[in-house]
Amino acid sequence: MSRHGTYNFAFLDEGSKREIRRATLKAIAIPGYQVPFASREMPIARGWGTGGLQLTLSLIGPDDTLKVIDQGTDESVNAVNIKALIRSTTGVTTSDDTAEATLIQSRHRIPDKPLRPDQILILQVPIPEPLRFVEPREEVTRRLHAERDYTGAYVLLFEQIMRHGDVTTGADHPVEVHDRYVMAPSPIPRIDNPKMDHGDALILLGAGREKKIYAVPPHTRVTSLAFDDHPFRSEDVDGRTCELCGAEGVFMDEIQDAQHGGTSFRCNDTSECLARMNAHARTS
Amino acid sequence: MTTTLPVLTVDDLSKRYGSGCAACRDHAETALQGNTCRHCGTVHALSGVSFEVHPGEVLGIVGESGSGKSTILNCLYFDEEPTSGHAYLAAYERGAADLWTASGERRRWIRNHLLGKVYQNPMLGLNMDFSSVANIAEKMIAANDRHVGRMEARARVLLEHTRIPTHRMKTSPRQFSGGMQQRVQIAKALSNEPPILLLDEVTTGLDLSVQARVLDLIKQIRRDVGVAMILVSHDLAVIRMLADRTIVMRDGRQVEAGLTDQIMEDPQHPYTQELVYSLL
Repeated sequence: MSRHGTYNFAFLDEGSKREIRRATLKAIAIPGYQVPFASREMPIARGWGTGGLQLTLSLIGPDDTLKVIDQGTDESVNAVNIKALIRSTTGVTTSDDTAEATLIQSRHRIPDKPLRPDQILILQVPIPEPLRFVEPREEVTRRLHAERDYTGAYVLLFEQIMRHGDVTTGADHPVEVHDRYVMAPSPIPRIDNPKMDHGDALILLGAGREKKIYAVPPHTRVTSLAFDDHPFRSEDVDGRTCELCGAEGVFMDEIQDAQHGGTSFRCNDTSECLARMNAHARTS
Repeated sequence: MTTTLPVLTVDDLSKRYGSGCAACRDHAETALQGNTCRHCGTVHALSGVSFEVHPGEVLGIVGESGSGKSTILNCLYFDEEPTSGHAYLAAYERGAADLWTASGERRRWIRNHLLGKVYQNPMLGLNMDFSSVANIAEKMIAANDRHVGRMEARARVLLEHTRIPTHRMKTSPRQFSGGMQQRVQIAKALSNEPPILLLDEVTTGLDLSVQARVLDLIKQIRRDVGVAMILVSHDLAVIRMLADRTIVMRDGRQVEAGLTDQIMEDPQHPYTQELVYSLL
């Protein structure tokens, strides 16, 4: 039960949780479709993960184990504070180990370790509308989705190819879900996009400020938008080795050494990196 | 006249802004002042307009501001919903299905595959945040092309055709002159080789030499591509230069229709007479 008697279990009142769960069920039933919901006022500012937080709070039970990732790390301020809030209003245990967690709330990354059917991944979303940059009016983008007109999303990519010779989406490269809705996968790097395709775990996406919930159910076809002569490519990670654990082929942070010059790389997924280092320590 | 099917048939098109009342629906002659009902204020922008466009033909629509010319094109391009009427394209279901009963998704398909439109205001027809080549490609992407190289090559040909230097294809039309913007719109409208082009006051607001160049281009396209066109203009000189047949509109009604030469030489309706004589 709650450590502070004044709060309901998991902060939100039961009516709010039920409303969020209803929207979530609808989102799962229509993969990739953005379901509006009545985003609650949260003790963190909108735009700081309130969509993901509300999804987590509506789903969490006393037996869950929670992991919160902020751009690959479990220990950055945002992740730590969200964990503290949830812990203090639910009493659940938290873990940095992807394998131990039943609920994983994440900002800007999908964990490198493949997820299992009994896990749920919750992604925080700043801008859920993949057509927003070409069409500012919600009234119009809803009609475009209804009529499956995704011309604008492709024109954006075409324009990047014309200007820069290649697609320049650093993150949030749009995907098509099960041959129907085009969806913003949240600002995950392109290397994470294929992890959404036919995954074992349920993926929920929540945008608190924009008041939208959407979902990719397990075993759903998710393809990244591309052209016939410009196929989708993820970031080039070849030739990069983590200076801590020695990993290759995973998404890395580039670290600049201001004093001595030069750059080095470290795994972006810190808990996987730590696990690899521990494994090395045990064997040596 | 040959027996080939018209490219486009419009039958009894009406567009009303407002609910209308018994007076203006049943006794239009007495209830309407211009195109507006004295009793309920409903605007009858179009009342029972019918016409056909034949293959390779240029149909001119002329009339003063507010006579309903642009509303016809807006309805045909699905920018506005007609109040009543039917329209058939030979290229859509062999002319057997009414365009205005099609679903939203079908309408998009018709618009992207079978129609091309040039707006009077380039801001409506082009996205100024994108390069000219992307603006042209947009129409092809909308028609399901997913090959960058092919679309770029086609855009290059169209820009050459519309006499825009291809080294400027990656420039936004925002940085182009008004005449160049219209030519980018024309290139975009032609990109899918539609059987019919809708041209809405394409030369209005351009200076005379630029007007002449855009009109030349339209003539040349007509000669080379043989595409049918509906040319809306308030400028009789433009109509006289380009249109084979002409419809004269006033207060949402067709007051006269016929061969352009005939209308110019021997106008029947008093309004047309006024219009033609004012040209001199």
